[in-house]
Amino acid sequence: MSDKTATTGQPIFSPFNIVAGFILLVGGIITILRFTQGLDAVTNLSDDNPWGIWIGFDLLVGVALAAGGFVTSATVYIFGMKQYHAAVRPAILTGFLGYALVVLALHYDVGRPWRLPYPFIMQRGTTSLLFEVAACVALYLTVLFIEFSPAALEWLGLKRARDIVIKLTILLTIFGVVLSTLHQSSLGALFLIAPSKLHPLWYTPYLPIYFFVTAVIAGLSMVIFESSLSHRFFSHKMDAVHLAGKDTVPLGFGKAAALVLAGYFIIKVIGISAGNTWHYLATGYGAWYLVELFGFVALPAFLYAVGVRDKNITLIRWTAALTVVGIVVNRFNICLVAFNWHLPAGERYFPHWMEIGISVFIVTLGVVVYRFIVTRMPVLYEHPYDDVP
Amino acid sequence: METIFTLQAFMLHTKNITYVLMVAALIGITGFWLFLTEHDDE
Repeated sequence: MSDKTATTGQPIFSPFNIVAGFILLVGGIITILRFTQGLDAVTNLSDDNPWGIWIGFDLLVGVALAAGGFVTSATVYIFGMKQYHAAVRPAILTGFLGYALVVLALHYDVGRPWRLPYPFIMQRGTTSLLFEVAACVALYLTVLFIEFSPAALEWLGLKRARDIVIKLTILLTIFGVVLSTLHQSSLGALFLIAPSKLHPLWYTPYLPIYFFVTAVIAGLSMVIFESSLSHRFFSHKMDAVHLAGKDTVPLGFGKAAALVLAGYFIIKVIGISAGNTWHYLATGYGAWYLVELFGFVALPAFLYAVGVRDKNITLIRWTAALTVVGIVVNRFNICLVAFNWHLPAGERYFPHWMEIGISVFIVTLGVVVYRFIVTRMPVLYEHPYDDVP
Repeated sequence: METIFTLQAFMLHTKNITYVLMVAALIGITGFWLFLTEHDDE
């Protein structure tokens, strides 16, 4: 057997492949355990803590970080900022994979995959936020699939089909923005039902707005973060247009992220004021809240601003990574840390190692599929259109 | 902590503080915008 793959010329037993292969193998075994032995065998979930990291990380963080797709396509096609066009396809691909993996991860938590269409055919839960989230995610996943399909169609040489899909670009972008606005905010609204369970500093009627605004911040930061990784590992796949966008995208998106973060900081403080929860800031939870507010909101806003002013691309990229970590911290705080804060320590939730294993498995799967696609399809370079028959 | 007994008192108290904060926020975001775009012409 050849030790090199036929298409990429890379060695099969590279460090990346070995590590990814091991994670996927362990993930596969845990998957079998989960679907044959049930939740109890692989999780620390309980009646008090029915939502663990499969919801807090895989779903809430996954959906937020996948917002780069609608943010970038809206920037380019609705606001007309064509200088960021090179970032659209990688962002759409990241968004599509992100949402696809969110749906996959949801199966682990909910179980019974054959019941996935139940919200649409078996009951009429149209007043439920979960119904709205399910509908929006299903529709938006379809929109992202169609938005990304021109790259696959160019790869397959199907020019006529590709031309038809390209004509739908504006329509799909508008759909994407509308659907994202709806379900990103609804994920925050899910927690409005639990005012007695969520700590008062995190519980606020503004939660839906917070979730939507942080999704925009996550989308902008993920595009910068993903772009920096692509330029590092896939620069040999990029054409001149994409290589020229190396600085344009971080500077433009960094500026937008700085301003949105500053706005988010303001509405977070307004949230404390409107709820009159100032006195909680002097507690342990308050200290952690201030770490989130200043360490993962105010600090990135300032660092982005300094990076943009000084045109310091390295600083902007590190700030994007810090902001992405901040989104993870925010969703963990709302779903896990500040949730059930009244419970005694012994009854609090901490994830089972197999829950963490599945989350790592899902992320690794996304990285492997992303790598597979960008090394084959015209994502980081323009397809030689004239060569398409 | 000051004790608040009625919704009217609560709304009056929180809105008073929020309006003051909003003025500070509008001034602050303007300053941040000027800081952010100061070198745009270069």
